Amino acid sequence: MTAIAEAGPDRKIGPLLAGGDGQPHSLGVLVAAGFLWVGLAGLVLFWPDAQEVERTRLLGVLAGLFGVVQLAASGGARFLPLLARIGRFAPWFVVLALWLAVWEIVTAKLDLLPLPFFPSPQAFVEVYTDDWQKLGDSLLASLWLLLRGFVIGAAVGFGVGVALGWSKRIGYWIHPVMRLVGPLPATAWLPLAFFIFPTSASASTFLIALATAFPVTVLTWSGVAGVPTAYYDVARTLGGSQRFLILKVAIPAALPHVFVGLFMGLGSSFAVLVVAEMLGVKSGLGWYLQWAQGWAAYANMYGALLVMALMCSTLITLLFRLRDRLLAWQKGLVKW
Amino acid sequence: MVALLAEAVPSSSLAGLPAGAGLAIRGVDHGFVLHGDYLPVLEDVSFDVEPGQFVALLGPSGCGKSTLLRLVAGLDRPRSGSLIVEGREVTGPDPSRVVVFQDPTLYPWRTVWRNASLGLETRGLLKQQRERVDAALALVGLEKFAEAYPHQLSGSMAQRASLARALVNDPKLLILDEPLGKLDSLTRLQMQGELTRLWQQRGFTVLMVTHDVEEALLLANRVIVFSDRPARIRADLDVDLPFPRHRDHPELLRLRREALGLLGLARDW
Repeated sequence: MTAIAEAGPDRKIGPLLAGGDGQPHSLGVLVAAGFLWVGLAGLVLFWPDAQEVERTRLLGVLAGLFGVVQLAASGGARFLPLLARIGRFAPWFVVLALWLAVWEIVTAKLDLLPLPFFPSPQAFVEVYTDDWQKLGDSLLASLWLLLRGFVIGAAVGFGVGVALGWSKRIGYWIHPVMRLVGPLPATAWLPLAFFIFPTSASASTFLIALATAFPVTVLTWSGVAGVPTAYYDVARTLGGSQRFLILKVAIPAALPHVFVGLFMGLGSSFAVLVVAEMLGVKSGLGWYLQWAQGWAAYANMYGALLVMALMCSTLITLLFRLRDRLLAWQKGLVKW
Repeated sequence: MVALLAEAVPSSSLAGLPAGAGLAIRGVDHGFVLHGDYLPVLEDVSFDVEPGQFVALLGPSGCGKSTLLRLVAGLDRPRSGSLIVEGREVTGPDPSRVVVFQDPTLYPWRTVWRNASLGLETRGLLKQQRERVDAALALVGLEKFAEAYPHQLSGSMAQRASLARALVNDPKLLILDEPLGKLDSLTRLQMQGELTRLWQQRGFTVLMVTHDVEEALLLANRVIVFSDRPARIRADLDVDLPFPRHRDHPELLRLRREALGLLGLARDW
């Protein structure tokens, strides 16, 4: 506990997540966090359950192991600087341990919260130990559907956006259609799509592609249209062909905008994915949520929600990585 | 700097250099339609430029000099009249007539090297002639910054990079649109010296727009003074002075007074 008190003033001076600085303090917090998790393990294992729950022992062992890992890391950090980096998460570990302890006490240990709406941490663990296969299948199904839709939508949106930004004649025909249909939420097409397409999978792919394509198109278009004419003048005086102007000038110049569109498209594709899976597709995390609700299996719902959150944030992170790679030249130029 | 420039150009790339291109401008009229009204910018402009000449175009701001450069570059077509380079009518841009714009307009997503190599890339020559890019960067003193991105460069370095991008193409006609306009005065003096040396070394023809009377007289063989819009030629001054020139040479001072007089500024100076 003294370690936490010590870490206090340090936090005001240096950014905690910067790492590197104030190692001894964060390591102190890590030791505290380690003991807290071991304490949590003791609480789980030795305080008898009031609710009828399984997996109490597993939960306790996991909590204890995690605590031991933190203690080992804080010890090993003196020799392995890499381990010391874990130290910056230590305040989070502390808060999580406290939160879990409270959760465990009010559910499994004292049975204060009504079931099945507020399952215990044990029930949460049980979802993953007993239902991992179905959850895993749902995750894969969701990912596959999302990937198909997003890739198709992004490719179409990008192509249409470039064409719109480049050619006035194409713009004449596509622009009004875009204005009318674009702002319509893709989910509005749901009943029609399930009727028109032969399978619910192809219908959902279409809807996700549609949801992705609109923002990608608009932003690619505005990106291409916003390329300074001076850029074209330079390429033209140096002998650049039309093809060169599009591929080597317009598209790279518009790429930062394209990525904004891709982020927006990915966001709306998540929404469509879940709705499509809840309403028609017989697999995927959205379907799992619906199915779990039907059985009033709230622990399973929370479990699936966590998996879904991890999936979405991982995909967003991957897109960020790709952007940072392709737009490395922007470093120090634009931050968003 | 002189030594560096002399060494930087391998003799092989200097051998067989195209000499400057001759230019004939015949009765060129041009203008724009603005809010439904025709706005004449150039009126009956005619003059010849000998191969290898350094011609400065001087005139009030917005008089249409830059428009004339765009016509010579082939970026726009004149409403009437013709522009003939090396006996051929200008119908479009060509890498033998390269423009250095007032803004460096480097592509921010390309490194300095990749910006400079643009002209070779468009013509599919980059694979065989990579050393020309290196030579051009060395020529403008940017060989150490080949892998830098434009946002990492100072204003004058960026302008030099854009000069390298033009020189890579071994232009016969170098078209300069106030290339030094945005530089601080010290860098400007240095770049003026470098421009003169490059021109003497390589023998291309130069057509340069500038607002700076002194700059025009220091660099050019010939200074063409334009009137206010629509631009007409007011005077064609020969600057028959050896290089390097000195700002306080009596003939240069006399020409300066004359040029300023033609621009209606004699009394202010």
